[in-house]
Amino acid sequence: MATTMITTLDRSSRAAARGLSDISIRNLFIIPTILFLIVFNIFPLIYSLGYSFTDFRASTNAAANFVGLQNYRDLLNDPYVWSNFAITAKYVIISVVGQLVVGFGVAMLLNRDIPLKGLLTTLLLLPMMLSMAVVGLFWKLLYDPSFGIINYALGLGTFEWLSDPKMALYAVALTDIWMWSPFVMLLSLAGLSAVPKHLYEAAAIDRAGPFYTFFRITLPLVAPILMIAVIFRTMEAFKTFDLAYILTSQPTAELISIRLYKMAFQEWQTGRSCALAYIVLIMVLAITNIYVKYLNKVKER
Amino acid sequence: MAAVRTSSEIGFNRVAIVAVLVVTIIFLAPIYWIASTAFKPRNLATTIPPTVVFQPEISPFVKLFTKRSQLRSPPTPEEYAAAPWWERVVFNGGEKIVRDGKGRVQWSGYPSRFMNSLIVAITSTILAVGMGTFTAYGFSRFRVKGEADLLFFILSTRMLPPVVVAIPMFLMYRAVGLNDSHLGLIILYTAFNLSFSVWLMKGFMDEIPKEYEEAALVDGYTRMEAFFKIVLPEAATGIAATAVFCFITAWNEYAFALIMTNRRAQTAPPFIPSQVGAGLPDWTVIAAGTFLFLLPVAIFTFLLRNHLLRGMSFGAIRK
Repeated sequence: MATTMITTLDRSSRAAARGLSDISIRNLFIIPTILFLIVFNIFPLIYSLGYSFTDFRASTNAAANFVGLQNYRDLLNDPYVWSNFAITAKYVIISVVGQLVVGFGVAMLLNRDIPLKGLLTTLLLLPMMLSMAVVGLFWKLLYDPSFGIINYALGLGTFEWLSDPKMALYAVALTDIWMWSPFVMLLSLAGLSAVPKHLYEAAAIDRAGPFYTFFRITLPLVAPILMIAVIFRTMEAFKTFDLAYILTSQPTAELISIRLYKMAFQEWQTGRSCALAYIVLIMVLAITNIYVKYLNKVKER
Repeated sequence: MAAVRTSSEIGFNRVAIVAVLVVTIIFLAPIYWIASTAFKPRNLATTIPPTVVFQPEISPFVKLFTKRSQLRSPPTPEEYAAAPWWERVVFNGGEKIVRDGKGRVQWSGYPSRFMNSLIVAITSTILAVGMGTFTAYGFSRFRVKGEADLLFFILSTRMLPPVVVAIPMFLMYRAVGLNDSHLGLIILYTAFNLSFSVWLMKGFMDEIPKEYEEAALVDGYTRMEAFFKIVLPEAATGIAATAVFCFITAWNEYAFALIMTNRRAQTAPPFIPSQVGAGLPDWTVIAAGTFLFLLPVAIFTFLLRNHLLRGMSFGAIRK
């Protein structure tokens, strides 16, 4: 008995015997965070799952009645909600494609020896660090039909950006492209600088044209990192609330999170909004899952 | 790049440099416009053609911080002479500063909202980065069962749309009286930033060689001592970068603040848009408020410039 105890002590270091064991340190470091996230992120979701089966309205004191799947059925049969999803899809496509084109294009331009390149890059990255809500508000002035600088600079007269139902969504997307192209640019620059120079030299020796070089060397090698940018921006664009909510109240620009906000906090249809929140949640988790799988694949390389 | 360049390549390079400059000017134009409007007299803020050259004024900032009312008649020369400089600039715009019965200047809603933003952002950053650093170390150094799943769980809490989380949180906060309180927002922002901080810090922890601590353990340090005396100082840069990112996220956050606060704990992002009422807004005051609000973030962006890639990709791309 005594001998085994001594060997156990010998095997672990003196220090380990003195302080906490590694396992208790691990638990001490990890478990509080997991608990915190469960209490403040998962528990609320369980709470709202319960409400999603009721006709609860947070604005009244009336007790909630269990209505089963009624909320989900109503929502999925509501053409209004479907149109919100369609608007969101349109918005995601316009803004992500726009960001991809502008961001990657600027990165291609920047990917050479340029005086003050570091400073220019940092300045270009500034928009994405700023508050969407606060800067978005100021874009209202820029878009103003009578005294906005955008119409003045482009010579568009009194073109209606935000109050024209056809234009509003594009205007929001344009601001989003301004804010988030820098993000695509940042990732593209990292991808471009990782392309081995000798590939370009080899292509030059073979007298490959610029198009061939771009489509056969640059694009395939930058594609994985561009993909990260696209998935990340898709997820964020899908969730967009601040910018669209502040810039316009046009129904044609009512994204799904704005519909959700109005349902929950203006119409006070709490039960139904919980159901809609769950539908949105499942969609976001699906995109997140793809994103994380892809991240792990890229990391392995 | 010692390779010989053809003249067409050099020509293209020049075109590209000009294009980059043009793009930079276009991208910075909205920010420049905010900054310049913040120093304009009100009548020059909304002119066609836009006013580019003007005598800068401090009056938008005085107006930003004070309550004002319209002047019915212009001040008498005596009143004007007796007024301090910051009141004169308001007189010039046809307004006067509101005072209470004892003659004390009445503040506008802005300073308290700015303070709320500072309190909430700083406190939640300390909590998120503190907890995140410990957890990241745990994931980085010890074997954790189902590590990939746990890390995915941690990340997924961040990916939820804010409004989705806000609905149940609003009901729960109302039940326990945390609505419109600093603590309520601090908890939300801590939870929101915690996942980010774990992911980013894990990357920084992974980069610190294990041998450092092992050497310390051999020298008789306990694991805790090794963590505090060896690992934390090594991770200082990473901790600072993570903290700045968390601060910026909390500082900029709008949706939670809009839903969870309305007066006492309201932060600047929902307050600034609420100033644009039905009538013609005074854009110089909004610009001044926006300018002050954006300033810390702009400074931090310059300090962070070498970590932006890593932070914005959740530590996925390290370079």
